[in-house]
Amino acid sequence: MQLDLRLPMGFMFTIFGLLLAGFGLASDRAIYERSLGINVNLWWGVALLAFGLISLGLALRTAKARPQP
Amino acid sequence: MPQIQLGAIDYAILIVYFAFVLGIGVVLRRYVKNSEDFFLSGRSIPTWIAGLAFLSANLGAQEVIGMAASGAKYGMMTSHFYWVGAIPAMVFVGIFMMPFYYGSRARSVPEYLRLRFDEKTRGFNAISFALMTVLSSGISMYALAKLLELVLGWNFHTSVLLSAAIVLVYIFLGGLTSAIYNEVLQFFLIVLGFLPLVLLGLKDVGGWDGLTARLNTVATGAGYEAGAWTYAWRHLDAPSANPMGVEWFGMAMGLGFVLSFGYWCTDFLVVQRAMAAESMLAARRTPLLAAIPKMLFPALVILPGMIAIALHQRAGGFLPLGADGTPNYNLAIPVLLAHYLPSGLLGLGLTALMASFMSGMAGNVTAFNTVWTYDIYQSYVAPGRSDRHYLRMGHAATVFGIGLSVLAAYATTRFNNIMDMLQLVFAFVNAPLFATFLLGMFWRRATGHGAFFGLLLGTLAAAAHHGLSLPGDALPGLKGGFLGTVLRHYPSEMAQNFWTAIVAWTTCFAATIMISLLTRRRKSDAELTGLVYALTPRQTDAGLAWYQRPATLGVVVLGLTLVLNIIFW
Repeated sequence: MQLDLRLPMGFMFTIFGLLLAGFGLASDRAIYERSLGINVNLWWGVALLAFGLISLGLALRTAKARPQP
Repeated sequence: MPQIQLGAIDYAILIVYFAFVLGIGVVLRRYVKNSEDFFLSGRSIPTWIAGLAFLSANLGAQEVIGMAASGAKYGMMTSHFYWVGAIPAMVFVGIFMMPFYYGSRARSVPEYLRLRFDEKTRGFNAISFALMTVLSSGISMYALAKLLELVLGWNFHTSVLLSAAIVLVYIFLGGLTSAIYNEVLQFFLIVLGFLPLVLLGLKDVGGWDGLTARLNTVATGAGYEAGAWTYAWRHLDAPSANPMGVEWFGMAMGLGFVLSFGYWCTDFLVVQRAMAAESMLAARRTPLLAAIPKMLFPALVILPGMIAIALHQRAGGFLPLGADGTPNYNLAIPVLLAHYLPSGLLGLGLTALMASFMSGMAGNVTAFNTVWTYDIYQSYVAPGRSDRHYLRMGHAATVFGIGLSVLAAYATTRFNNIMDMLQLVFAFVNAPLFATFLLGMFWRRATGHGAFFGLLLGTLAAAAHHGLSLPGDALPGLKGGFLGTVLRHYPSEMAQNFWTAIVAWTTCFAATIMISLLTRRRKSDAELTGLVYALTPRQTDAGLAWYQRPATLGVVVLGLTLVLNIIFW
């Protein structure tokens, strides 16, 4: 395969996760009134981060198993 | 509706997404060496990517916005588009049709028609398909720009030109691979962007039980039995018993058989994704793999619509009202996004929405440039040139395909009726197509004349049926009845569409058989090897474990779909 899609995908969702979780920690609680009082940025940010890291991990594992010439 | 204010974090997410989209195009550029790389990804895409792209190419504006709108308007019955329509058709295309598409080495659906039938059948399909894709891409662009104008207050022209420019750049650089990779990104973005919305909405209305209770009130308020919004099959015995205005036969035959099979089996936009797969086995598994997430998509795209209408009922007004006083169902998703998501997640949700519009456009553009270059340019304008020449033409076709889409987007703002009319004409062209493919693939006696004139008669039959029937209390015109007399009144547009498709398919099927029997067969058995079922060696999956075989996968997919149908009976 030309470019392992899991690599850019993992990066992108890792960045999204960090952005959202970071914003969730820093942001004012008041904005979560509309999301039923749940800090969705923090929780979903963590979920996205996990997804991104798993995707990156899988891509790196494949790259290691088959070293490029 | 009140406009949404985006914060810095929302813009940051949007910008990161665009950077990755364009970055993928830039990286993939160096892998595009010949025309097959550009148009068919060099047939090197692994199954899971091809499968998700197969699913995602169809996940454009129409799907996300339209399915949520239907979920609000018709409730749970909308899931028939998935559980009766798409899934069985996807299993069929994977198991029965992919061996011909992939095995014949045809580079496009029209090219298969030329190999199997003749030049004129291919020409008819190629030209109508090319026009249709450019138009759909334009309509996608128009819808995105209108939505952004309404929801975010963004300038219409900026939105059109910006979305066109981004799609242009990444396809121009990376060709089909770029489009496919971005479709996969978009798939995950949609799932991960909309899931929190659905979960929050569901929690707010009190879970499935709370939603059912609300929707029962909606149903009785509209004059139906209490479960009309929450059951898929129970209210299908008569058109008057459900908001969709259809009965089980029209639904199963029109939507389930003709329309869905016609779309998933013959539309090059989706078939192209499987043709790009790395092997025959991968190509056959592509639609089957796509079917698994597809069967769960009602939870992401239909459920929000149902939640929106439940909230509308609870609060005595949630969706903005249109000019005629009915709720504007198309705004279900944007209104929910604005209602539940705080800055941050809101950016993610909007990015997902924009991604879906753009990949809808990109899918159309990649299908257009392939059909244009191989089936129109190489066949009728300049045959016998070098591969480099056609690769350059592919780049050029990407530019003018997007240019034409922009024109179509602007034409839509001025002449809404012309666009509706053209879409209607294309619906007439598409409705009978599946009959042609079915006969072509399973009956070696079907001839080129039979196929061409069968298609033509099927198209005319569709137009005639539409012209002689009317839905609801619509006035004669675009909605039907334009042939002077109205022979049949349908309870809804949906019912009329289903029956138009049934009439067109039946006419094409019967006409193709009759004309084929009356005309001489020109293709010998040898020429039809690999194109017709009886003359193609069976795919032997002997070397594969039972759970790796496409047939097993197909049975599992159909079994799971059956279970879903029973749960929501």
